[in-house]
Amino acid sequence: MSQVLVPQQPPAHRWISAERADDVAITQAIADPLFTGFGKRWWLALLATLPFVLWLLVAIVWLFYRGIGIWGINSTIVWGVAIANYVWWIGIGNAGTLISAMLLLTRQRWRASINRFAEAMTLFAVAIAGLMPIIHLGRPIYAYWLAPYPNTMALWPQWRSALVWDFWAIVSYLLFSILFWYVSLIPDLATLRDRAPRRGAQLVYGAFALGWRGSAREWSRLQTLHSTMAALGVPLVCSVHSIVGLDFAASLMPGWQESIFPPYFVVGAMYSGFAMVVVLAAGIRWGLGLQAIITPRHFDAMARILLMASIVMFYSYATEWFMGWYGGEHADRAVVRFEFTGTYAPLYWALLTCNCLVPQLLWWPFARRSLPVLILVAIAINIGMWLERILIVWNTLSHDYMPSLWRSFHFTFWDWSFLIAPLGFFAFLFLLFMRLIPSVSMFDMRELAHEEAAA
Amino acid sequence: MQLFRPGANTIAMLVIAAIGATPVLAVGLSYQLMRSPYATDQNVTRNQPVPFSHEHHVSGLGLDCRYCHTSVEKARFAGMPPTETCMTCHSQIWTNARMLAPVRESLAKGQPIAWTRVHRLPDYVYFDHSVHVAKGVGCTTCHGEVGQMRLMRQAAPLTMQWCLDCHRNPAPHLRPTEAVFDPNWHAPKDQAEAGARLAATYHIHTDHLTDCTICHR
Repeated sequence: MSQVLVPQQPPAHRWISAERADDVAITQAIADPLFTGFGKRWWLALLATLPFVLWLLVAIVWLFYRGIGIWGINSTIVWGVAIANYVWWIGIGNAGTLISAMLLLTRQRWRASINRFAEAMTLFAVAIAGLMPIIHLGRPIYAYWLAPYPNTMALWPQWRSALVWDFWAIVSYLLFSILFWYVSLIPDLATLRDRAPRRGAQLVYGAFALGWRGSAREWSRLQTLHSTMAALGVPLVCSVHSIVGLDFAASLMPGWQESIFPPYFVVGAMYSGFAMVVVLAAGIRWGLGLQAIITPRHFDAMARILLMASIVMFYSYATEWFMGWYGGEHADRAVVRFEFTGTYAPLYWALLTCNCLVPQLLWWPFARRSLPVLILVAIAINIGMWLERILIVWNTLSHDYMPSLWRSFHFTFWDWSFLIAPLGFFAFLFLLFMRLIPSVSMFDMRELAHEEAAA
Repeated sequence: MQLFRPGANTIAMLVIAAIGATPVLAVGLSYQLMRSPYATDQNVTRNQPVPFSHEHHVSGLGLDCRYCHTSVEKARFAGMPPTETCMTCHSQIWTNARMLAPVRESLAKGQPIAWTRVHRLPDYVYFDHSVHVAKGVGCTTCHGEVGQMRLMRQAAPLTMQWCLDCHRNPAPHLRPTEAVFDPNWHAPKDQAEAGARLAATYHIHTDHLTDCTICHR
């Protein structure tokens, strides 16, 4: 497709680097590969992810068969990898809606190039995240007990439980993400319907396009709906990870019972989510040859957000340490001391390096413009954020009030399975998405191109 | 180029409506199923090895419930009568009735009659007859008009909701001590005040009556 839109060095425009970017060229660049296929590279990539999908299935079946004792959890450290994964994946899932909703409302035009696949990332990540608490249940068949369904027991769920808040947060966020993603997809589906060479594809895309004809009234309604949903989405993004934070903060455990947790979790989520978007954007840009559409400026903008978030994260960690000491509670101080010197201290230092130190590279413009550096920083951030989540679980549970109950967590093969296999499953879903749906919003890009040309 | 016929609009509308309606209907249907006699066994009449008629023995002959269910005031289990209890009368009357052959056989062999259970509670529910009787809950409040039943049937749904209805607000069902075993008792006109007065007399405090551990021990 890169024959249609030729990237310029340096970029011709700020957010589109092609010299000539008329509507047809943009549409062709994005839509045509869906009909011609991506060739061998795509199939190889899909094949590479299949073992992970299988691995995940085997792990889940084995877990259901044997119970959660196959993990390294014990009677003291009752939460483990599944909970850390849950928090991490929800965090990844935050950035998509953030980019679409918050950047739409604040009129950051550059979001047009990345919002579609960032939203898809949200969908898949939230779906995987929603799986984690369910497989962590000892008896997953009873997961539906979290829902307030009419029953002959005259019982509701326990509304005072943070886990029930969690259920609502995830369900509403997932439903919202699907709808929001679909609404902004309709005009592109209609484009695909009109360009599809085969009748089968025409019918499928046509059915999902809901009879879109592109009249002025339809555009106006779509925009009203889309920005209304965006306004709804911003509080949802904040609520979903605040409530994840409350899972911890609503307890009485040292190191968890902190009022800073909700905002600190939201920023952490956006941090890891944006880091994931950087990695995926680099991958899509290379894989689909979208160098003209995703420009170095985009990476620069995202790198600035990462830098900002890393500073806020460091501030949050420092607040935790300070409040642990300033509160004067023995157990709180002991947990902070345990973080720096206890069983998991090397991991804690790694966390601080990944989340606070490494991203400082992004102060320098060359690091923000250099893809390899930026990708490495983003991967480091994602590792650091996962370490943060697992350490929040481990440190407090390993070192709470009762010294006779202090234990350590030891990874088993199945812990590794549930850490690694979902990553492959995510890649699998993402590859399918890339093949079936335009990874970049065509109508948003056309609008952006007009604005860029006028600018 | 026309991809779809005009009817496709209607189909699209129906599909969208179905996406919304299906989960609601599915949950509603399951709920109706769960509370129906199909799931609760309410009003199911069971066959018994001997067609014992409560109608005849209670309404016709006027036997007291406790004549057979002897431990109802003292124990969790109301008690099923041993064959000897039947024989207090049936060694003298209807001694050759074919219907009663299993009773005579049971006595001869020393093997209890295997009655089919009608009221079955799950294992995780703790239920105690004695406390209910002591606090003025009559037999027919839960077991229905036993005096009208030829073969025994389960009159109440025995769902947790049904238990809680009374545990949350027992006053409408409370009787004075002397009326607990009256098979024909009906709530008097002043049951509202009488029930509240009885609840106070029996020291029934509803604030802990719905604690989980009251029934799930």
